[in-house]
Amino acid sequence: MIRFISYRLLQFPLVLAIIYLVTFMLCWVAPGDPFVRTDRNISQEVKDALRTKYHAQHWYTFLAWYPVNAIRHGDLGPSLTNASASVNDIIRQRLPISVEIGVVALVIATIGGVFIGTLAAVRRDGPLDWISLMVALAGISIPSFVAASVLIAVFAVRFKLFPADGWQPHRFSDMVLPALALSLMPMAYLTRLTRVSMIDILGSDYVRTARAKGLSRTKVIWKHALRNALLPVLSYLGPAAATTLVGSFVIEKVFNIPGLGDTFVNSVQNRDQTLILGSVMVESMLLLAMNLLVDIGYGFLDPRIEV
Amino acid sequence: MTTLAISPTFTDKSDRLWRRMLVNPRLLAGAVALLLVLGSCIATLPWTARDLPPQLDEDGFPLNIHNPFYYDGQDMEHSWNPPSTKHLIDWFGRDELGRPMLSRCLLGGCISLAIGTAAAAIAVVLGVGVGLFSGFRGGWIDGVLMRGVDIMYGLPYILLVILFKVAFEDPLMNLLHSARIANLVVLFLAIGLVSWLTMARVVRGQVLSLKTLPFVEAARATGVPEWRILLRHMLPNLIGPIIVYATLTIPQAILWESFLSFLGIGIAAPMPTWGSLAADGLTPGLNPLEPRWWALLFPCILLVVTLLSLNFLGDGLRDLLDPKREASKI
Repeated sequence: MIRFISYRLLQFPLVLAIIYLVTFMLCWVAPGDPFVRTDRNISQEVKDALRTKYHAQHWYTFLAWYPVNAIRHGDLGPSLTNASASVNDIIRQRLPISVEIGVVALVIATIGGVFIGTLAAVRRDGPLDWISLMVALAGISIPSFVAASVLIAVFAVRFKLFPADGWQPHRFSDMVLPALALSLMPMAYLTRLTRVSMIDILGSDYVRTARAKGLSRTKVIWKHALRNALLPVLSYLGPAAATTLVGSFVIEKVFNIPGLGDTFVNSVQNRDQTLILGSVMVESMLLLAMNLLVDIGYGFLDPRIEV
Repeated sequence: MTTLAISPTFTDKSDRLWRRMLVNPRLLAGAVALLLVLGSCIATLPWTARDLPPQLDEDGFPLNIHNPFYYDGQDMEHSWNPPSTKHLIDWFGRDELGRPMLSRCLLGGCISLAIGTAAAAIAVVLGVGVGLFSGFRGGWIDGVLMRGVDIMYGLPYILLVILFKVAFEDPLMNLLHSARIANLVVLFLAIGLVSWLTMARVVRGQVLSLKTLPFVEAARATGVPEWRILLRHMLPNLIGPIIVYATLTIPQAILWESFLSFLGIGIAAPMPTWGSLAADGLTPGLNPLEPRWWALLFPCILLVVTLLSLNFLGDGLRDLLDPKREASKI
């Protein structure tokens, strides 16, 4: 276990370095040097000063200096299009919002998916099995921006159950609809995954033994069978985090939430290279950490796995 | 010796395969729905995509005369006409610029499906290439390639797709001298480049188990060159899983495109895709005072039906061709 974790931790910086290089290549070399901007009139002196400050006399000096500075001082540079804010400020403000919604969505997806999936497996071909099928079909076929907009139109505008006046910080009711819309796609996969592996497990010998011993149905299902059925579910949580990230870009735009996804899309369109680099690195780190946690959890849940 | 290369699964069971295909209701429904949608989109292409040659009035100004079914034939007199069954062209209503939604949906379907197919083709080429090579060579090459795939599974794709799209659109435009084609090609590439990972894993797994079978050993023992073993002996046995995962990649790619269109970095107007039509229809379609539901409903229905039938088709084919892998079945 310790070997596995240290191996993965050693891999971590390597992966981050690759992501950094690819991002740098895509956002600097292809559309041009960010310090030669055509949309803003900056005098030559200011440009030179900026270049010297960010070691950007050449692209390779910036390439080498930026990560070193980020690691040594934790400074991701100034936003190139937003004069008043640094990348650190922007990420510090917006990342918590995205993470909050993403975590709530993942929790809804996991609990909902496991619950519906288990019940669907227990009562196969019953009404709950049909509901699970519907959830799965909706999740994989309805684009999340459509689902989110319909949720707003129905629950916020028509029935006025939730505020429709835009995002306010620290208001829980603002988070319900975005999190629900975001959880739809991962929930679809988790429901079907739980159902299939639960059906598998419910047919196994040890479940029959447990029932024959006189354990109650509820206990066998929720304790003995579910524990083993959860393994494939857990292994999907890593990709589910990635799916949630993808969804969050769209959802943040639909609900007008000032999160990191929205910031990233804007920064790409404005060619704000330091903000792009900063947000890609932060998001990648989050995602990689999530995958690592899932792998470690997998090792703990299933002692048979050689990690 | 070539007789040994014939796949044991496909030739002798093929008639049973067809029969089983016909009795699998999901597979059948998926195939029929897909054929209907695909057929009507492609069959109407000559009317939806081609306009009349531009005509000038006597003063030399261009006249606003279009082929009635042209996807971009603007006609402000019919702005937001609701659907009616009187004329074929009004079946799906008109959009804000008076363009027939029917034509836009049909042409959008062609473009959406083209993006899906192109992305799947890229995924097949890359995924099969990497999977074959990695599985067949084994050793450190396999180790490096598969760790690479593992790592890429955890990457924030959406960031890379967006960056890729924005970074390469202008250079491609200069190369191809056409903004529209560059826009399409860069979409194909950006989506295709992130969808080959599952394919590579599946193919590698199959190759690892095929490698130990006697017919491969025999081919190797008789001195068949490596590339020939890969192409003639391995590849035919991999067709099943490749078709299955290619089918499942198409709906994924169509969804990706719709996300990009919604974020404003997908297909460039006025060209439609189902994703961009649905995204454009959101505001008018859900307007509480004056809902223009047809702008949202029709592209969404087509999108949902197509995605579902592709998923059904892929899952059904997997049941038929690859019965061991059921874990992620929808």
